[in-house]
Amino acid sequence: MDSEGRLRKETMKGFWQENPVFVQLLGLCPALAVTNSAINGLAMGGATTFVLLGSSILVSLFRNLIPKQVRITTFIITIATFVTVADLSLQALFPAIHKELGAFIALIVVNCLILGRQEAFASRNPFRLAVGDAVGMALGFTMALVLVGGIREILGSGSLFGVSLFGDAFEPWVIMILPPGGFLTLGVLLIIFAQVQKSRSQRQAHIKSKGLEAA
Amino acid sequence: MASIKRAGPFRLIATLGIAGFFSGLVLVTVFLATQPLILRNQAEALEAAIYRVLPGSKKQKAFVLEEDTLVPFKEDGGRLPLEDAVFGAYDDNGQLVGFGIPAEGPGFQDTIKLIYGYDVESENIVGMEVLESKETPGLGDKIIKDQDFLDSFKALSVEPEVLAVKPGTSQNSNEVDTISGATISSKAVIKIINEGNRRWIDLVSQIGESEEKP
Repeated sequence: MDSEGRLRKETMKGFWQENPVFVQLLGLCPALAVTNSAINGLAMGGATTFVLLGSSILVSLFRNLIPKQVRITTFIITIATFVTVADLSLQALFPAIHKELGAFIALIVVNCLILGRQEAFASRNPFRLAVGDAVGMALGFTMALVLVGGIREILGSGSLFGVSLFGDAFEPWVIMILPPGGFLTLGVLLIIFAQVQKSRSQRQAHIKSKGLEAA
Repeated sequence: MASIKRAGPFRLIATLGIAGFFSGLVLVTVFLATQPLILRNQAEALEAAIYRVLPGSKKQKAFVLEEDTLVPFKEDGGRLPLEDAVFGAYDDNGQLVGFGIPAEGPGFQDTIKLIYGYDVESENIVGMEVLESKETPGLGDKIIKDQDFLDSFKALSVEPEVLAVKPGTSQNSNEVDTISGATISSKAVIKIINEGNRRWIDLVSQIGESEEKP
């Protein structure tokens, strides 16, 4: 495969085939906890994107200098630094968003999606691919959080991105913005994702067997 | 990574040391750059809340507790000790409108921090706003959003103390309807206000009297 194709493949896999939330089931704590509105999902996704991209760039650049025995420690130091920078910057520049997300910004440190990408990808691959992988995974994660947050906000508050959708007559389904709503929404989305994935691979297998027959 | 499989102890320590050093450098830089902004945000949020809970106020002045009396806070005296401070609020002519009183206490999930406006002349609470809380979204957090609940703090008598009553049953000027679905949280707000009253009302009334004399 040429290098452009490889870059595209590594970038796109985070959106669908290896989507961190819907396929790998990583980073579920923020995916459940802060997604009671679309804007919170977006803010959390943005902060995670910053941390993942920053960490992947550094880890990939220095991958040949970091001895194997202390690699995890070095990854954690890198990630924790980026998280603290994100935490303080949000507090200084967007106090309203920081107030909403509270402790979950600091908890990005222990999001296994980020450490997982360092160990599985950034520490073994050149800079360009590591950036592609980080961008794809981070945007796939953000997309999942906005999707869960959007659905929960529409059903639980009758609005999307804070804009009221149905007027006063709508009786909000409060449970959707409470913790159980997170589990319900994510569960239903996982079923849909798995079904689509399954029928796609069945169709591909079908096409392949037909192709063989014809040959 | 494969090229340095057998890194010596010195190399390991050096790697972690260098990583730690640069991490520290970045963190301290970002901390120093953001700290003034963060403090300013907090001060601005508090200042704006004081104007909202005391309608008509345009200027404000902080008072701090020193040896059982309230004295004006001196700007050069370093950081304002928020837990021992109240805020006098004044209209355009410099007339005292009332006092913004910060108070906090346990809520349903975590500490609720709020501020309320107290009018010394009418001896009424004239406004209340929750500054910080982690009450349940959709239920307990109605104490921040429920307009009827917030409106009941706009002319609320504090004599003999504020009472929490069942939704829709308040009759006297010192009673507040609790919010259905947020009973514990709304009772917590009222308890916090009563505790704030016990601590501050006599003190701010003294200031109110002394400011009216000249």
